[in-house]
Formats: sequence, structure tokens, C-alpha cells
Amino acid sequence: MRLTCPFCGPRDLREFTYRGDATLRRPDPDAANAASAFADYVYLRANPRGPHREHWYHAAGCRAWLVVERDTATHAIGRVALARNDQP
Amino acid sequence: MPRQRRPGTGIDPAQKLDFQFDGLPLQGVAGDTLAAALLANGVRVVGRSFKYHRARGIVTAGPEEPNALVELREGARLEPNTKATTVELFDGLSARSQNRWPSLGLDLMAVNQLASPLLAAGFYYKTFMWPRHFWEKLYEPAIRRAAGLGRASGLPDPDSYEKCYAHADLLVVGAGPAGLIAALLAARSGARVILAEEDFLLGGRLLAEAFLIDDAPAHLWARRVEAELETLPNVRILKRTAVFGAYDDGTFGAIEKVADHLPEPEPGQVRQRYWQIVAARAVLATGGIERGIAFGGNDRPGVMLASAVRTYLHRFGVAAASRIAVFTSSDDGWKTAFDLAAAGIEVPFLADARADVAADLVERGRRLGLRVELGARVEDATGATGLNGAYLRSARGTTWLPIEALAVSGGWNSNLGLSTHLGGKPEWSETAAAFLPGKTPSWMRVAGAAAGAFGLGEAFRGGVEAALAVLGELERRVPAFDMPIASDDPARTTPLWRVEGASGKAFVDLQHDVTVKDVELAHREGFKAVEHLKRYTTLGMATDQGKSMAILGQAIMADLEKVGPAGLGTTRARPPQVPVAIGALAGRHRGRQFRPTRLTASHDWAAAAAAPFMDAGLWKRAQYFARPGETNWRQAVDREVLTVRAHVGVADVSTLGKIAVLGPDAGIFLDKVYVNGFSGLAVGKVRYGLMLREDGFVMDDGTAARLGDTDYLVSTTTANAANVMMHLEYCHQVLWPQLDVRMASVTEQWAQFAVAGPKARALLSGILPSTPLENGDLPHMGCRPIEIGGVRGRLFRLSFSGELAFELAVPARFGAALWRSLVHAAETLGGSAYGSEALGVMRIEKGHVGGAELNGRTTAFDLGLGRLLSRKKDFIGRVMAARPALNDLHRMRLVGLVPLDGRAKLPVGAHLVPEGERPAASVDQGYVTSAAYSPTLGHPIALALLSGGPERLGQTIRVVDPLRDGDALARIVAPVFVDPEGSRVLA
Repeated sequence: MRLTCPFCGPRDLREFTYRGDATLRRPDPDAANAASAFADYVYLRANPRGPHREHWYHAAGCRAWLVVERDTATHAIGRVALARNDQP
Repeated sequence: MPRQRRPGTGIDPAQKLDFQFDGLPLQGVAGDTLAAALLANGVRVVGRSFKYHRARGIVTAGPEEPNALVELREGARLEPNTKATTVELFDGLSARSQNRWPSLGLDLMAVNQLASPLLAAGFYYKTFMWPRHFWEKLYEPAIRRAAGLGRASGLPDPDSYEKCYAHADLLVVGAGPAGLIAALLAARSGARVILAEEDFLLGGRLLAEAFLIDDAPAHLWARRVEAELETLPNVRILKRTAVFGAYDDGTFGAIEKVADHLPEPEPGQVRQRYWQIVAARAVLATGGIERGIAFGGNDRPGVMLASAVRTYLHRFGVAAASRIAVFTSSDDGWKTAFDLAAAGIEVPFLADARADVAADLVERGRRLGLRVELGARVEDATGATGLNGAYLRSARGTTWLPIEALAVSGGWNSNLGLSTHLGGKPEWSETAAAFLPGKTPSWMRVAGAAAGAFGLGEAFRGGVEAALAVLGELERRVPAFDMPIASDDPARTTPLWRVEGASGKAFVDLQHDVTVKDVELAHREGFKAVEHLKRYTTLGMATDQGKSMAILGQAIMADLEKVGPAGLGTTRARPPQVPVAIGALAGRHRGRQFRPTRLTASHDWAAAAAAPFMDAGLWKRAQYFARPGETNWRQAVDREVLTVRAHVGVADVSTLGKIAVLGPDAGIFLDKVYVNGFSGLAVGKVRYGLMLREDGFVMDDGTAARLGDTDYLVSTTTANAANVMMHLEYCHQVLWPQLDVRMASVTEQWAQFAVAGPKARALLSGILPSTPLENGDLPHMGCRPIEIGGVRGRLFRLSFSGELAFELAVPARFGAALWRSLVHAAETLGGSAYGSEALGVMRIEKGHVGGAELNGRTTAFDLGLGRLLSRKKDFIGRVMAARPALNDLHRMRLVGLVPLDGRAKLPVGAHLVPEGERPAASVDQGYVTSAAYSPTLGHPIALALLSGGPERLGQTIRVVDPLRDGDALARIVAPVFVDPEGSRVLA
């Protein structure tokens, strides 16, 4: 598998470290429901079959955190963007 | 008795090669495989079967061979389970048969056959269940001795291996007709082509058949194409290279057997090369594999695949026997009979299970004077140690006919292997009477026999089509080429899986001794799905992966279920497609090169001082520096600790992670990742910091120093340096990208040394004469820039040991020089260097948490660090750390332990149970995390995690270590053993 890093171009899977679901947002720590919102944020994952937005870290490259669109069934890679630009 | 060697397309009969089989001196010729040479010498029995120890001979002429597994070479190079059909003969080769005792001719284990009712499918699950302890003591050792195939040498592999990477526009796997023509077209277009062929010759079936191409023998065409490909700079031909796996995005793994055809590798030559190939497009031209038929005794030595008989005849010039009958349900068997007859070899009969066979075949058979039997079946083959005859059943009844070999064809399978690695599901084709590759990724095409084009002409057309499609996609011009003119030669098949009425064992897996009866038993017992059938009977699970025969078992099951092969399906193969030596995957990464080694600036000095080293991540850390007369490591460690506490010691602490965090928002950023505050830290100050994970558990600890207004230096534990770096980048880039901060790992850029002990200031004042070091100038937890011999460095007043201590950092290239002057200065003051062991002892004496306490399951509260958690700000882990259960007083929390008797060891890992209770998991209250002998106090001490620990100071607990017979009583104390007031660091 290869990911196209926005800085470094197409690179082999082995340069990257996987983290997981990139759609999660860190909850507001001061909200009334912060305890349950953080429990969901830390522990709950959907594990979808098909398209998925994921965080990958270019550990052996530019150290950018990336948001990668990957199909979990086929490993087809869609858009790859810098996580810093992927803000709500 | 050597048979008369005929000419062959792949041999040089003039070049003789001597070899040995089971100690018997034999002779083959250049170009032989071991199997061809054995057949040429009339060797029929080459091994014994796995379960029943039946005599077995050579069945195939390729990597699908189930029977002819031999031990190759001797000593450390001994290699078990090599297929004689793929071993390239070399002068001096020595091979032995396997799985026989005491000898191949007389195998006492063959009595297993009499016990065969016990050894039926699932026998492991049903038999030997009782009495239970018999299993370990009796059944398992006996079964392991009786079963099993070759034996490994047990010695270190003397050969070396390497890894290579290659990139191509097109990878062609297989150099038969389809692969050769596809590679040729792509190569002529200028595309970068890699052609990988498992065999040592290119050509595939073109070497093994009596084909004509353009009215000339087919192998000459293959030779011509090879010669052209070799002249092209954009082509790489990899012979002896088996592609074993297909992976995402056109990545392939392959093993090139660089020196396996030599007695041993040349000096400096690798034995095998592990290729990782990335190709924009791939054409799988992996060919087909003929399948047998399940009739009684279809495993007798002499029963061979019809295509293999032709391979030995045409490629190797070897007649497999002098009287070879044919039993077929496809046209392919007829080809064998015609070729044998044309070569003057006696064909006692040609039995075709089909009544309806093309008239031209029958006519040609009659013209050649063959005894042709249509609608006939071989029910049983006879001859325990070599085929001597067969019962032939035709409309006229059953007769026994003497034969020496039987060429069998049940039709062809496509060699599906690589096409299934990415999830492709094989589909049954009625026309091809075979499973063909299902959907493949867009960059992968299958051509030739692998795609069900079993005839020569259609294989060429398939290869051309695949190449043209690839060139179109790569936008390359189509080169000029002449379509080879070849007979189309389609081989019609009506599948025949089994012969009813067979009285002997009819095998569907020769290597694992699975019979038709086992399949029937699996069916009766409900193991009907292909995957259940496979696991219950072990069908197709041997080293040959059932490539030639497993389909028989699956199809018989499909018949029993009345669904047909399409209804039952077939198993999907995973990589590796061929056995791969672990050594090849490891390549150069073995022994010292298993992983990188990181050395500190003081390493050479420490090595010269004969220090032992321990691994800390990739780092090597010196453990202690023994002096003459010290015979025990404890003597050295105790001395080093006492030296630091009484005088001064210097230690290399460079392995701790160092991360520079820079920018106007650096302080705010650190506030978010540490539980305590850093934006308020004054320039020139250092603070201990604790990081949590977002789930509220401790991730790492260390210090952060504020070197300048926008310039922080974070330290991490040695083991966690990379993880903390990744975590900080995540926090910045993903969570708070608006913060103006950047970070970089500077662990390797700086050498850092601790100078600890009452005389630390005296030592440093000699090294840094112009730097004021008094408490008013540089208080505890202060830092400042320094210059030392013209080199800019940093000085921190930090203490891990609990003594007055400093850490001195200089760019790594000056580290060795600084270290030597520090050691010298220490020695003049009665001090010394100290290693990681003394460092660890002093850590435990001071109750500082280390890796054993930061184990991913402890909270700040557990470690007595709860007071650090800021209430004024948010930080990673704050919300989750507030969960009530993580703040329960009964959690296992950090305490110190001292033995009541002042002597007993409190070993790491020992469990804590209440005094007077019988030790058991149900009363377990905690465990020892760190332990040491404290030379300062003169008795053992330990840190432990104990349920409700801090509430139980002064009580007694039992410390039990059943693995090492440890059992002692200990007093629970606060986890700071030495200088609990912390006055020494302020000296």
C-alpha cells in the first residue's frame, strides 16, 4: 500500500504509523456532559466496512499527521490531506 | 539401472553430474532436476507418506509436487522438505529420502496402514482423549515421531541473504508462452519490464511438449525470445525467482534462489534474495497444474500426472518407465500416449473415462496401434513398492494388466495462487472444467493457462491481449510483432474426480494422506463447507498446499452435497505461494544487525572499561564499571552508589529523549500536554512534568526546561521518546493547529552527563571555572547556557539520585571528550563513573517512578503524583483522570517495602498477599515493581503497587514469588527511602 503525502509524494506504507478514526473531535472539556463525551471519544469506534477517514503519521518522513480516505475493504486510497487543514 | 538418455530440450547429455541419493552414487546430466535424474536412474520410491508410511514416487515435474520431498545437503546446510522436482542438479549433490525408518525399502512404520481406521479424518480430535495425562507422555511423542516429514538441522544458517527492491511498469509472473509474449510486447514498447520465472529455464510448457511454433520446435521460439529480451536494457529477467505474494498497489514479494543450484554459495554470494517489486501493472501467467483422479492405489510409485510424463520425456529426455499406460478423462492424456508412442515407448493401454471422445483422437490412436478403451476406468493400481499393474474396468469387464507406470490426467487446474491474495474469489468454469481467477484489482491481469486458456494458441492470444491492454493504459505505442503460428490444441475435459468401486485407498491429498473415505466421513459428520473439510481432514494443508489434488476432495464433497463444484467453491490461497525461508525474509537483519544500535558518546570509553551493556530501546547503556578485585556485579554497583552519596559520580544520561519545543505558544502548548503548568515557568528554570494519555492514565514523565522566552526543552524517558514525539505532533497538528509552535527531536544532537554527589559543585567548578554555581546563581531546578572550551552547552541543576547534582549537555560530537575530562575530575575527588545499575538503585532509594511504574496501567493518583494535576486549566487526560474509579483509595498504589528481617530479597514481580492468607489470585493485593539492595541503608528495598497502599504504612504484608521460591514478610513504608526531606539536593 502507498500513501501520497502532500509534502513527500507517494510513499510506502512502512513510512507511516496508523492511528485511527479521523472524524472524532476532542469534546469540550468544560461542557456539562464532558465525562460521557470523553468516554465516547476515547473508547467508541465504529469500525466501518468501506470508506473511512483515518489519521496516519508520516513517522519516517516529514512527521505530518494526515487525514487519509481509505476503503477498509479494498485498501483503495482516496484523498490525503494535512490534518492541520482538516478542522471543523 | 540408468535408462538410455534421449535428447531433451533442457539438458546437455554430454555434461555428466555425479550425485548421491540415500548414499547411492548416481549420475545425471546438466539441466536435470533431481527428480529427472532419479527417474533416469530408475529410482521409483523416493519417500514414505506422512501418515500411513506408504512408498511414494515422483508424481509431477514442478513445484506442485506432493511426494518427492527430500533432505538436501548435510550439516548446517541441511534443508528438509525440498521438492526433488524443482531442485536443480549439481555435481556432488547429496539428498536423502524422508520419513522412513529404518530404510526406504523396509519401513516398519508402514504398519500404520493396518491401524488406518484409527487414523481417519479428525482422529486427533476423537482418539487419544483419555486418559488425559497419556497425551503428553505417550501419544504426542509417539505421533510426532511417527508422523512429521523432514528434520531441520538445528544449526545456525551459515548462508547470507539480502533484500532488494525493484520497480517496473509491468511485472510478468511466469515465462511460459503467455508470459513470454506479454513480456516481449511490453519490452519492445520500451516499458520497464520484470519477467520472473520460478524455473531455471524460460519457456514453461514450451520445453515440455512436442509443440511446433512457426513450424519449428517450440523451445527454439522461447530461446529466441529470451535472447531478444536479454538485449533490451529496459528488461530484467529474474530466473529461479518465485513470486510468492501479491499485495496492495502492485507490490509483490519474490524469492530469487541465487545459489541454491550450487554446492554452496561462492564467497560473498548470497544464497537467496528477497525481492520486493512494485509494478504499475502485472500480468500473471502462472500456468496450469494438471490434476489426478482418485482411484484405488493412485499413490503407488509409478502413478504420475500425464503432463509430467511428457515433461520428463521432452525436456529431460527421460522415459518415466518402459511400459506406461494412460488413464484420462481429458484430451491431455491422449497427447501423452501419442508422444510416448512416437518415442517408441510401449503404451499398454489408453483408458478414457469418457465414452464420447473426438473422432480424430480415436483414429490417431488406432493408427498408432494403441489399445484404446473408451468409457473405461482404472479401479485399482497394484504394487506396494512400485507399480506392477492395474485393474482396468471396461464394458467387457475388469482385467488386470501389467504396467510399470500410469500417466493420469483428470484435466487441468488454473494456477490460481497469486490471483486470490487480494481477495479474488475463484469461479468455476464449465467450459474449462476448472476454477478460474475471479475479480482481480484493475492493475492485475491473468493470462494463458492461469486464466483457463489451456491450449497453446489461446495462451498466446491471452498473453497478447493482456500486453496490449497494459500498453494502452500506460499510453505506450504498440510495437511490431508476429503472432506465433501454433496449433490451437484445445484440451477438452469431462471431469472425473473419483472411480467408484475402487477397493484400495484412493487419495485426494498425497502429502497428508487424505483419502476419499476421509472426505465421506467429513461429509457424514457435517464438515461440509470447503474450509471445514480442509481443517477436519487436513486436505490441502501440507507443503504442496494441495495444488494438484485438493480439488478432487472438494469436488467429491460437492457431489455428495449434490451442488457441483460451483456450488461448494474452492479455498482461497494466502501468501506465501511457495515456501519461503525465514532467513530470506530476515535478510541482513540477524544477530547484531537485527536492529539498529544507538551508541552514546561515552560508549567507547565504557567498552574500554569492560562495562557490560544493557539494551534500553535501541540504545546500549553501560551497566557498571567493575574495578580489579570486584568479582560480583553487586560489589561494583554498591561501590558506585556509595561513591555518589559520599563523594561524586558521573553518568551518561544522553539516552533520555530530548525534544525542542519552540515558538510563541510553546508554553501554552506544554500546558495542554502536561498535567502541570509550564507557561508560567521562568526562563532559566526546569520543572518536573507528567503527561497523561487522553484516557487518564500516565503516558510518560520527564522535565521541561525553559531555555528562553519561546524556547523549551522537553525530556522523556528513554523508551518513550519516539511515542512522546508522535503524541506531541498529534496534539499540535490535529488538536491545536492554531498554536504557533514547532518541535524537533534533538536526542542525538546532545550528549548529556549527570554529575551527582556532595562534591558535584567542586568537580564542576574545575571544569567550568567562570560559571557561578552557588545556590544563589543556579538553584535546584535551574538551568543556564554555558561555554566550555569554546563550545556552547547547557547546564541544568537536576537530580535523579537525590544528591546535589547537575546535568551538563554539549553537542554530541564533543561528548566523548567532555566525558573523559569529567571522569578524570571525578577520580581526583575520590569519585568515579557510575552506570545504569547504580542510577537505578538510587532512583529506587529516592522513590522516583520509572518504566516499571509507568506501565500504562497506572494513574497519577496511583503513583502519588495526583497533586500535580492542575485545576486551573485543561490538559490531555484531565476529564478521564477524574473518573471516580480511577481515584478509588483501594486501587493499587505506590508504596515502599522493606523486609522485616532486613535480609530477604523482594523480587520484582512478586505478589503481595495479606499475612496469614494462603497465597492465591483471589487474595492478591498487588505486586513488586522495582527492587534493589540499598547499599546506603544496608538492606533490600522495593517499590510496589499495593491496594490502598498509602493508607497501610507500617503494616506487614507477605511478598510471595512462587516462580523463584520467594516468600518473605515486609513492612509497608513510604516510597522514599533516602533523605525523605529532600535536603541534599539543595546543598
